[in-house]
Amino acid sequence: MTDKPKTMLLIGATSDIGLAVARAYAAAGWRVLVVARDPAAAARNAGDIATRSGAPAAVFALDVTAPGTFAAFAAALPVLPDTIVCVAGLLGDQARAEAEPDHAAAILRTNFEGPALLLDLFARHFAARGSGTLVGVSSVAGDRGRASNYFYGSAKAGFSAYLSGLRNRLAGVKVRVVTVKPGFVRTRMTKGLKLPNLLTAEPAEVGRAIYRAAEVSHHDVIYVRPVWRLVMAIICAIPEPIFKRLRL
Amino acid sequence: MQLTGWGRYPRHESAVLEPDDFDEVGRLQREAAGFVARGNGRAYGDAAIGVGSTLLTRRLDRIISFDPATGRLAVEAGVLLADILAFAVPRGLFPPVVPGTKFVSVGGMVAADVHGKNHHVDGGFGRYVEAFDLALPDGSRLTCSARDNGEVFRATVGGMGLTGTILSATFRLRRIETAFMRQRTIAADNLDAAMAALEAAADAAYSVAWIDSLARGAGLGRALVFCAEHAGAAALPRGTPAFPNPRRRRLTVPVDMPSFILNRYSVAAFNDLYFRRGAAKAGRDVLVACEPYFFPLDAMAGWNRIYGARGFVQHQSAIPKPASRAALGEILDCVSRLGAPSFLAVLKLLGPGDGLMSFPLEGYTLALDFPVSKGALALLDDIDAIVVAAGGRLYLAKDARQAPATFAQGYAHALPQFRELRRAIGAAGRIESQLSRRLRI
Repeated sequence: MTDKPKTMLLIGATSDIGLAVARAYAAAGWRVLVVARDPAAAARNAGDIATRSGAPAAVFALDVTAPGTFAAFAAALPVLPDTIVCVAGLLGDQARAEAEPDHAAAILRTNFEGPALLLDLFARHFAARGSGTLVGVSSVAGDRGRASNYFYGSAKAGFSAYLSGLRNRLAGVKVRVVTVKPGFVRTRMTKGLKLPNLLTAEPAEVGRAIYRAAEVSHHDVIYVRPVWRLVMAIICAIPEPIFKRLRL
Repeated sequence: MQLTGWGRYPRHESAVLEPDDFDEVGRLQREAAGFVARGNGRAYGDAAIGVGSTLLTRRLDRIISFDPATGRLAVEAGVLLADILAFAVPRGLFPPVVPGTKFVSVGGMVAADVHGKNHHVDGGFGRYVEAFDLALPDGSRLTCSARDNGEVFRATVGGMGLTGTILSATFRLRRIETAFMRQRTIAADNLDAAMAALEAAADAAYSVAWIDSLARGAGLGRALVFCAEHAGAAALPRGTPAFPNPRRRRLTVPVDMPSFILNRYSVAAFNDLYFRRGAAKAGRDVLVACEPYFFPLDAMAGWNRIYGARGFVQHQSAIPKPASRAALGEILDCVSRLGAPSFLAVLKLLGPGDGLMSFPLEGYTLALDFPVSKGALALLDDIDAIVVAAGGRLYLAKDARQAPATFAQGYAHALPQFRELRRAIGAAGRIESQLSRRLRI
C-alpha cells in the first residue's frame, strides 16, 4: 500500500464481474468509485466495496447509452481516477433483437457505442495527464460472429477493435489500455446455464486476473482462462464455408 | 441435480435454487416445500441437501459493515470464512472461533454452531453471534439476537438450517498481533497420557490431539497433543513481517484416488512416521503460520477425493467427561482391533454447548473418518452404541448414517423443544433436509 491511495473508477457496479474487480482493487488498498445506471441497485455492492477498501465507495449515476451526459459526469467526479474499468454491457436476447430493432440497438449501444465514447473521453484526460490505465471488458464472443448471439458479438468485436486502436494511439503517452476477454463466467447473467467447468471462471478469478493484468504484469490483451485463447484460435481458423453451416 | 456433502456419501437428487438477494430467498421459500439452505457444501453428510429443493446461499456474499473500533463485522450468510480471514488478518483481527476448514460459509458456521480448537475455553461460534437475519419458512424476515426473538435465536444456532435460511450474521473479531501461532507439541504414549496432556493444557488458548487410531495394546491411543496461542509481536524473529501475504497456491487432488491406497498398512506406516517426527519435535515452542495451523487440510483442494469414488464418512462424537476415559478406550479398541484405517483421528476437549441443538457438551470429542464400506458402517454402529451408553451424541454436521434412535437419545434434552418451535414457526413439513427426514426431526 502506498501513502496516497490510488483510485479506480468502476463502470458497471451492479455486475458480478464488476464487484469482483472492485474487490481485487480494494484488497490491494485502492479507493473505488462506482458508476451504475441505477444507484439504488448498486448500493449493496457499494457497501461491500467500501467495507473492504476501508474508504467510502461513492456511487455515481450514469446511463452508458446517453453519451450526451458523459462530459458533465466526468466533470463532476471528485478526482481523475488512476484506472478506469468498464464492465458495462448487455447480453440481451438474440431472437428478440432479430425481431425488435430497438432491442438490437440497445445491445449495440450498451456494449460498444457507450463504452467506446466514455473511455475516449477519459483517454483525452489521461493523455493530458500522461498517466492512467483504461480497462475494457470485452468478450470472446467478439472474436467471431455466431448465429446464437451476433448482435452482442458484433458489438463486442467493435469494442475490442476500439480498444486495440486506442492502445495503439496512446502507446506513446504512457496511458495503458487493457482488453479483457473473460470467456464463460459464473454470474447472475449465466445462472442456470450448463457451462463446461474447464472453460468457466468464477467472478473472483476474473477480478484478480484483471487487477494483475492492469496493475502488475501489464498485459495488453488477456483471456482470463488461457485455454480460451486456444479455443478461439480454433474457432477463428474454421473456413467460412464450413463455419456458416455449424451450430455453435 | 445430484447433491452430496463433503464426504460424497450419500447422494440425493434435489432441485437447486440460487437466490441473488434476501428478497429472492423469501420469494423462493414461499413457493418451495421440503427445502433447506446450503452454504459451501462442507457438511459431510446429508445436512445441506433439501428433500425437494436446496437453496444455495453462495450469491449472498457481501460484507455489510465493519467497525474498526470494536471489530464488529456484519456479513451476508454466503460469505466464506476464507473471505473473512483475507479481510481480517491483515487488519490484525481474527474470528473468535474457526472450524477445521476455512471453506465454510458464515451461515453454515451458525447453523452447525461450529467449534474450534478453543471450544473448552471460548465455546462455539454461536456464542459470538450478536444477531442474525433469518428468512422464516413463509419467507418473512426476522432479526434475532439473544434478546430479540431469543427462542428462535437459540434454536437456529446449531439448528442445522431447520428453522429457516440464515441471511446474515453480526459478530465481533478479536485482536491479534501477528498472523502466527506459537505451537508446542506433547508426545503422549497412550490414551491416559493424551487425556492428561489435554487437561493439563486446559488453559492453552487452543489445543487438539492427533491420535494414532491403529496403535494397539499398551500404545492404544498414543497421540501428539498440539497446544497453541496467537503469537505476540515480540515472539517473531527480527525482520519477520507480522502479517505476511498468504500464498494462494494450493495442491489439488485431480481425480478420485483408487480406494485401495488407503488401507490399514499404508495408514499405519504413515501414522508411525508422523508420530515419530512429532515426538522428535516435542517440548519446544515453534512458530507456525495461523492458516496451516488451523486448516491443515485446506492446503490440498479436493482432499475428500483421496478416499475414492465411494466417498467417506466422518464420525464425530461428544462424550461427557465422567464417562470419557472408558468410552474412548472402548472406541479406539474397536477401531484398532478391526484395523479399520481412519486416516484422521482427532481428540479434543469441549466445553458446554450454546445453542439448543448444539453438538458440544462438557467432555471430550473424538472425530474419525473412514472410506465408505460395509465393514466401516457396521463398525460405526458399534461405536454409536458405546457413545449412547456413555450419554454422548454425534455431530450432525458430520453425520451421514446414524440411526434415528441414536440421534433421539443423544439430543433427548433438546429435541421436544426444537420440534415444538419448528411447529410454531411453520418449519415442520416445509423445511426438510435429507438429514432431518432420516433422523425424523
